[in-house]
Parts: sequence; structure tokens; C-alpha cells
Amino acid sequence: MTAPQTAPPGSLLVARELHKAYGTTSALDGADFSIHPGEVVAVMGPSGSGKSTLLHCLAGIVPPDSGSITYNGREMAGMSDAQRSHLRRTEFGFVFQFGQLVPELTCVENVALPLRLNGASRKEAERAALTWMERLEVDDLRRKRPGEVSGGQGQRVAVARALVTGPRVLFADEPTGALDSLNGERVMELLTEAARSTNAAVVLVTHEARVAAYSDREIVVRDGRSRDMERVV
Amino acid sequence: MNGRQAVRDLGMGVRFAFTGGREGWMRVLLTAVGVGLGVALLLLTTAIPSALSARGARSEARAYNLYVDQQMPKADNTLIIARADTTFRLDEVSGGELQPEGARAPLPPGIDRFPAAGEMFVSPALGRLLTSGDGKLLRDRLPDRIVGTIGDNGLVGPAELAFYRGADDLAGRINGGTVSRIDRFGDLHPTSEKMDPVLILLTLVVFLVLLMPVGVFIATAVRFGGERRDRRLAALRLVGADSMMTRRIAAGEAAAGAGVGLGFGVVFFLIGRQAAGHFNLFDVNVFPHDLNPTPALAVLVGVAVPVAAVLVTLLALRGVVIEPLGVVRTARPPRRRLWWRLLMPLGGIAALYPMIGQGRDSGRFNDLLVITGVTLLLIGVTALLPWVVEATVARLASGALSWQLAVRRLQLSSGTAARMVNGIAVAVAGAIALQMFFSGVAGGYTTPSDLDLTQAQMAVDTPDSVSVLSAGRQLAGTEGVRKVIVMSRGSVGEKAKDPEKNLELTIGDCATLRVLGRLPSCRDGDLFTVRGTDYDEPGTLQLVKPGHKLYVSPSYTRTVRPSVAWTVPGTVQQADAMDDPSGTVHGGILATPGALPERVMAQAAGTILISLDPEVADARDHVRNTVARFDRLAEPVTWTSSTRAKQFETIRTGLFVGSACVLLLIGISLLVSQLEQLRERRKLLSSLVAFGTRRRTLSLSVLWQTAIPIGLGLALSSVVGLTLGYVLMRMTNTAVHVDWAAVLTMTGIGGGVVLLVTALSLPPLLRLMRPDGLRTE
Amino acid sequence: MRIVVCMSIGHTLLGLLESGPRHGYDLKRAFDEKFGHDRPLHYGQVYSTMSRLLRNGLVEVDGIEAGDGPERKRYAITDAGVTDVQRWLATPEKPEPYLQSTLYTKVVLALLTHRNAGDILDTQRAEHLRMMRVLTDRKRKGDLADQLICDHALFHLEADLRWLELTAARLDKLALVVTSR
Repeated sequence: MTAPQTAPPGSLLVARELHKAYGTTSALDGADFSIHPGEVVAVMGPSGSGKSTLLHCLAGIVPPDSGSITYNGREMAGMSDAQRSHLRRTEFGFVFQFGQLVPELTCVENVALPLRLNGASRKEAERAALTWMERLEVDDLRRKRPGEVSGGQGQRVAVARALVTGPRVLFADEPTGALDSLNGERVMELLTEAARSTNAAVVLVTHEARVAAYSDREIVVRDGRSRDMERVV
Repeated sequence: MNGRQAVRDLGMGVRFAFTGGREGWMRVLLTAVGVGLGVALLLLTTAIPSALSARGARSEARAYNLYVDQQMPKADNTLIIARADTTFRLDEVSGGELQPEGARAPLPPGIDRFPAAGEMFVSPALGRLLTSGDGKLLRDRLPDRIVGTIGDNGLVGPAELAFYRGADDLAGRINGGTVSRIDRFGDLHPTSEKMDPVLILLTLVVFLVLLMPVGVFIATAVRFGGERRDRRLAALRLVGADSMMTRRIAAGEAAAGAGVGLGFGVVFFLIGRQAAGHFNLFDVNVFPHDLNPTPALAVLVGVAVPVAAVLVTLLALRGVVIEPLGVVRTARPPRRRLWWRLLMPLGGIAALYPMIGQGRDSGRFNDLLVITGVTLLLIGVTALLPWVVEATVARLASGALSWQLAVRRLQLSSGTAARMVNGIAVAVAGAIALQMFFSGVAGGYTTPSDLDLTQAQMAVDTPDSVSVLSAGRQLAGTEGVRKVIVMSRGSVGEKAKDPEKNLELTIGDCATLRVLGRLPSCRDGDLFTVRGTDYDEPGTLQLVKPGHKLYVSPSYTRTVRPSVAWTVPGTVQQADAMDDPSGTVHGGILATPGALPERVMAQAAGTILISLDPEVADARDHVRNTVARFDRLAEPVTWTSSTRAKQFETIRTGLFVGSACVLLLIGISLLVSQLEQLRERRKLLSSLVAFGTRRRTLSLSVLWQTAIPIGLGLALSSVVGLTLGYVLMRMTNTAVHVDWAAVLTMTGIGGGVVLLVTALSLPPLLRLMRPDGLRTE
Repeated sequence: MRIVVCMSIGHTLLGLLESGPRHGYDLKRAFDEKFGHDRPLHYGQVYSTMSRLLRNGLVEVDGIEAGDGPERKRYAITDAGVTDVQRWLATPEKPEPYLQSTLYTKVVLALLTHRNAGDILDTQRAEHLRMMRVLTDRKRKGDLADQLICDHALFHLEADLRWLELTAARLDKLALVVTSR
């Protein structure tokens, strides 16, 4: 749709000409992306347009078929699965629509999970987890299991978990998808506030305009191609 | 609610069973296999009495009595029969030599005419053996021309090795021991055949031990895909089905599996029936046509097992309330209580306790008490295990992340976890008990301690047709023989006929005599009297003085021969008594051949102890062939009672294979529920991977998730198994010893199943961990 | 509102002329057919609009046909007219409720004149989102009254945005329908 643009200087995560196909269906067909530290970028687009795939590629969850992704100046294409996993553990945070909290762990254990993955001791992980739960106003749920809390609470627990490692990029895939508007907005407020306070960049995949309105910038993905809406006019 | 509606509901359930997609099929299949195994086992059980009585009847019909004091006179209807049993490798070959004395001589069952001398009839199994290259050694021993096959009515089992051969020289050999004259076949005094009570006990326990895990397996199998089914039932509730209808539909589904299982059961039974012909336990093998289940019992089995499967389904649904909008499990079950769970195994022990010390001689064990006791003990495992898992898991401290994930998961659903391993636990407990019991009983049959197997492994009394020395030479030259100890035996008296005093006389070269007594020194021509035997008659040894004239009787054997006069030579030395390799103490006189007249040596019958080269596999049969060349009716004794040991080995192998199969079956069910659970967690797994969880962490947590409950199950089942084994051994008065090998093997197999299940669930796990699971669109 | 409509009639007629010179009556018929489903244009409206456009040099008279009815002028678009249409199409509408009709007109015209209709929608979309960001920001900082007022506007804008998305997804279909008539 648009010719590849040069990424603005100071970008933290830049993707160029991404192609990705699942079988015969093409999910990404030359998508571009860039984000600054502290920036919130909404990725919108109709269902099946490839916006989730774009997020998965950017986060190093799936490798693209072709194209380049540089994070902090490092090319991700050449990284092994283990290196990408390490990157995800240490530099990235994730919030999904649902099904992400481990049902048998308590909320505080869920939030502490990424720290434990990084090798932190249980005690210190859970202390850090609690601080974040306080910021997201869910610290009273610490002993509860995910099955016992409401959707909005659970999503806030998930946000706390995504932020507990102090990620530089937070990937949120329809974080309010399963919530009503009031709860969804509260989650978005807390999420963007927390991200801004830590200068984390947020890649926010959503199909809701009111959620996208929490972003600084919007990218629309259609048929696997991206369009930066700032540059349309 | 009318009956038509109920039938319609059941029919709908049956349809769901077959149209429920892959999981539906899997559930039907596993239920069917479980029900099928149960049905087949029970059918086999009901067929055993008829099989045993058929065997008994045939065995009676062909029996004949060799031990008679008074031989009947030769007549038109008499037959001289000689026992010609032999052994090939470890298998016993029963043989008879027939010499009809008239036109109406009785024919043994299974053959239609008498074989002439040099001809023989063989059982099909023996025929196959003789014509195969494998049986070449035996063919050398049984060279007669095969002119026919012994029919099934002359055999007790299809695997029996048997022959009848013709003879024409038996008249002179009638001895009332191995050769006799008879006028009919059939046991004249049939005693109602009583099975060894221990054998009955074993059979009972074997069937219980195999049946129980199958029962537990059925109970697990009908629960497969339960959650999906519950959701479907909930959807039916939404469109207007009431809760009774949903229950009937579920029952219909279970009945479908059970129905297919019934078919499987019949097929399994028919396969098992055919296979029974090839099995050989305790030298017992049965003809497939003997295994006929009692019709009434068979019908009962065919009805009871499927009904039980349906009942289990309904029981499992008891704790579930299916609402139109979803499934509600009755609130968190109350904490599991220990006391009633402990009651079961304790009750089992209480039922078995009165029979402790009864042993095999006091008649039958009380079947009902045995069944109740064993069942309660084994069911006790399934009652105790959920409690043990819950109690243990609740106390497990958090360790590594993978451990934490697994422990937390188990804490949340310890009941499911326990249910999954219940089958394994019961199977292992039963198998350990049986193994222990078997090895205990087997211990009762193994080598008596007074044989010194390092010096000799076989012994033969030389037949009259050959001289001891020549026999010794021939045996020494036989393949696989390392050394022979040749001793001639006779007795020495003060008169030629009917001496009042009798001295035992053993003749052999110095090497031989050194094995029989402690000698001061020895050269050929030396003579020793033996001190220190228990049966020294005071004064008897006084006979042996140099220059005394005595009479040596070589009539040690059956044939009576005249005594030989003998003058005691120059010096008589003294020797101390000791056990020879056969555990016998030789008293009286030990003599070198040079000390006796040559005629004695030529006529004396003797015993030859044979030491074999362990490297030569068929050494025993080479020896048997050599002996058969001396006299076709002679058979050396094999000291190592490896026959028995081998039979127990067969049983143990069979048991291992059986329990391994049951465990494998349970492993499959474990795998299915594991995969079901993994699929349900697909999203979660993908998101865990998204934020960088290592594959290793998740794989390990899956391993722990199976290993912890199975570990607990194995520990519990070892305790129960050892207890049951102990009680069974005490009941039969067998020396109790813990069969750690059995414990280790069974728990090892159990552990292997865990690893296998984990290994098999890893590829799907890794596939599910791929980020595709995150794709929502 | 009224002005907007008049303005858009002028641009619409201009756009219709881009495909070739037409008589005033043809213009009215084309307009009614494509846009005036429930509100056909008065001929007088066409006449006054065309004379305004003529005055502004955006159209020129291509020829006059004498007939038995009223005079039949044939109009053609001028270069200035083309530029004007282009500018109009490229300018996003102020995000306001109930502007679908204008947007719809713009999209159809773009399709008729083989301009990129997707760009028009995207431009509008960006403008809408910009407004929504402002409102969201105001909402975050404001009191409850502010929040309620902003929410009202946000929900309306969101509805527009959804319509924009829906239309974007159906552009190909629409192009087929519009150009085949």
C-alpha cells in the first residue's frame, strides 16, 4: 500500500517488509512497524487482517518468513528460539485477551511467574509482584485463584504480571476484548499509565476504537499490509 | 415419562457415542477394551472348572497301575506295559511301551492299534518336536518309526509330549515297578481329583489381581471426555431435556461402549481360548475345546459387566449437576476422611487373618473369605490413594517453578490425579503380592540342600545290561560330561545266602573313594572301613579282618545274582564318614577295585554321578541318550530341580507380561486424559510460551504432574502388595521373604509407564506450545 | 447543516461532470439516481448551483441545445473544477455525528472518478481517532460530568469509525455497484 518508510530515529522496535504465511494463507504481506520508547501504538484492522500475527512477529513469538525486525539495534531474524525466549522473558511483557493466567496458581504467584522464570527466588518474586498488584489495585486478590476473580480483576492481574519484569515493550493483544466498556477502560487507563511511568513502549492490538484512543498513534493492518495513519494526511 | 421416551433417550446416547468425533470414538474404544478384557477374563474363569474336569477325566481314562504285588497271568486280554518316561531339556515326555499278549489286549485311549516293536505313536506336540531340528537329540533317543498320532482323547493337553511304542521283549522284565501286566486302562480307584489348595488359592488370587485393575480401568474409561460430554448434555438441557433425560443419554453412551466391549470380550475370549493351547503352566495346558464357560455363568457375565459399566457412569454423574447453562460440580468436596478408607484394607486383612497358618494340608481355603479379603485389600488401595495424594500434595513445599506448577495443579484436582493412577496402583499391588507369593511357593520346590551340585548334577543307576566300568567309560566320553564318579555297590555278609550281618560295600577308584569318605591315603588294592556313620552296627566292622572269608553280594539291583566268596586282603585301613555329592553317607566298606575279585567288579551294579560342563547346553540330553543306549527304559536322575524353577519362571514371566499389559492399557488411558487436559489448556500454554517460559519447564511440570501421583500410588501399592503377599505366604505356611526384585520390577514398570506417558505427551505438548495457539482468528 | 449540504451538492455535481459534459437535466437524474434516494433534487437547485459554479469558473458551458422545453445547456468541468473536487475529497470532514451521507457521497464520487476511496476513508479515520484521543485525554483528566459528555461523543465517533471500517471492507463491492449503474 505504502512504500517502506524510513523509521523515525530513536525507534526501539522496527519491522520492515514482514511476510508471514500460515500454510497457503498469507497473514502478513509486507507489513512495516516502528515504535519509540514510551510510545503507545494501536494496531487496528479487521479480523483476519494479520494484526495478531504482526504482534507475534514483533514479539519474537513466531519468526516471520521474510523481512527484518530490529529490537534495540539487534536483528531478531538471526536469533535462536532460546534467544528469542530470553528476550521475551527479560525485555517484553504480554497481556492477552483471556486464558493467560494459570488457573491453579494464586494471583500473586501468577504475577510472580515471569520473575521466577528469570530465576528469581520465590520470596523476592512475590514481593515484587505484590508492589505491582498494588499499583493495579488488585493486591487484595493475592491469595485468590484466577477462577475466583472477575474478568476485569483478572485482566489487571495479567497487566501486573506483564509489567513485573520492567519490560521495555509491552505487547497487549485485545487486552479488553472480554471486558465490558467500564472495566475495559479502567484496565486501559491503568495499563497506559503504568507503561508511561516506566517509559515502556506499548504495542496495543485492538479492534475497538475507544481502546485505540488510548494510544499515541495508530497503525491499520489490512490484508497483511500495514498503514501508519499519522502519515495518511 | 414413559418407556418409549426412555428408550429414545438411550438411543440418542448410543448415537452420540459413535458420532462424538475422535474423542467420542476413543472413549467408546477404551471402554470397550476395558469391558472386553473384563468379560474375557470372567468367561475364562467360568470355563476353568469344566476344563479341569475334562482333563481329569482323560487322565483317569488312560491311567494304569504298575505297582502290583501279584502279577496277573498272561491271557488273551492282557498287555505288558512299561513306563518309558523321559525328559527332553526341561520338558517331561511321558512314554509307554506296549506289548499286547492277545487279541483282546486293552488299547490305551488315543490310538487305534498297537504299534509293532520299532514303531511308535506320538502326540502331535512330540511329533512336531521330533521332526524339527530342535528335537534331534530326542529323536536319537526315540528312533522308532512314527506310524501314527495319539488322538486328543489320549492326551490331557495339546502341548503334552507323549508316545506309545511297541515292544516284544518285555515279558522277562516284569517287575511290578516299571513293567507290569495289565488288562485294562483307567484308574481302578479314581479318587475325586483334588486340586492342591495352594493352586486353587493362586488361581483365585491371579484372577482377582487381573480383574481388579480391569474394573478400575473400566471405571476410568467411561469417564474419558467426560467434561466435553457434560457440556453437550448441558446444551441438551438448554433445549429442554430434563436431568433424568440427560442421565439416560449418558447411560446410553456408556452402554454403547459396553456393548461393543461385550463383542470385544467374546473375541478376546476366543483368542485366549486358542492361545490357552500354547500356554503351559505347572505342566498344565488345556485344549481350547475344553474351555467351555458354564452357560448360565456366561450369560451372567455378559449382562453384569456392561451393566456395571453403565452404573459406574451414573455414579460418576452423581456429583455433577448438569444445568442448562453449564455444568456445576457439587461444591468443593469435603476434606477426605481417613478412617473409612483405612477400614477397607484392614477389613481385608481381617478376612484373611483366620486362614493364616492353615497351610496346604488342611484342605481348601474358604473361597469367599479369600475373595473378600483380597478384594478389600486391593480396593483399599483405590480408597486410600485419593487421601494419600491429597494429604501429601497439600504438604509439598514449593520448589522449582515446574514443580510449583505441578504441585499447584495437583492441589486443585488431587481427586482426578488419584483416579488416573488408581488402576496402576491396584495392578502393581496385586502383582507384587502375587510375585512374592509365587517366589515363596517356588522356594518350597527348589533344590534340597543336601545335594552338592558343584560336584555332580546327574546320577544314574547302571542297568544290568551294562557293566559299571563300561558304563562309566561311555558316560565319561559323552559330550558335555566333565567328570564321572563311578561307584559299584554291593553288600558283604558272613554267609553266601541270607547273611545275618550285612555290610554296605562301595567300590571305586581312589579319586572316587575320596569323594565318599575321608581316607588317610589310597592306592589301588586298598580297603577301608568307615567310622562315624549313624547306622554302624556295633561289631559288624569286626567282620572285616585280613584273611577273613566273606561273601560279596552284587545283588544290589533288582536281578538276583549269586554271591562271590572273598578273602579280606592284607591291610584294612580306617576312613571317616562324610556326605557324598548326593548327600548320602557311605558306611561299611570302601574298596578299591584291586581289593576285590574281578568277578565282583564285572557283576556289580553301580551308580554313576555325572558332573556336566555348564558350557554345553544339551549336556543332560547327551547323557540321557547314552543311558538310553544302555537300556531304553533307563533314565538318569537330574539333580537340579530346574524343572520346577522353570515353571515358576513361566508363571513369573506370564505375570509380568500380564501386568505390563494392564499397566500399558492404563498408561493409554492416562495418556488420553493427559492429552485431553493439555488440549483444554492450549491457550494458556501458548501464552506461557509467549512470555518466555522454557519448554523444559513445562515439560518437567507435565512429568511431575504424572510422576507425583504415580510415585505415591506405587509407594502405597508396594505397601499393600507386600502386606497381601505376606498374608498369603503365612496362609500357606511358606517361609516369608520379601521379594524385592518383584517390588522393584513392578514399580519399575509402573515408573516406565509414567515416563512413556510423559514422553508420548511431549510432542503434542510441544505442538500446543507453538504460538499458533494464540491465534484467535 | 444546510450550507454543508449545499456545498456538497456543488461538489457532487462537479464530480459527476468529471466523467464528461452533461446537460443540467442529466446531472439531476444522475444525482437522484446515485445519491438522492429519498430527496430528489429540484431542477431549480441544479440550475442555481450550476450558475454559481459557472460564476466561480469551475464549470463552463459546453453547448446549448434549443428545444421545446427550457433551454438545455451542456456543462463541462474546468481544470479549476477538477482541482476543487480533488481538494474537497481530500479534506476530512469535521468528526461529527450524522455525517455518513457526506462521507458516502465522497466515497461514491471517488469511486466514480477512479480516485482512491480507501484513502478518503483512512483520512477520515485518522481524523476521527485524533478527535477520540483528545476526548479520551479530556476524560482522564476531567470530572464525572466531563467523562459522561466525552463518552457520549466517543460512542458516536466510534460508531462512525465502525461504519468507516465496514465501508472500507466493502469498497470493492461498492465500486462494482456504483460503476455498473
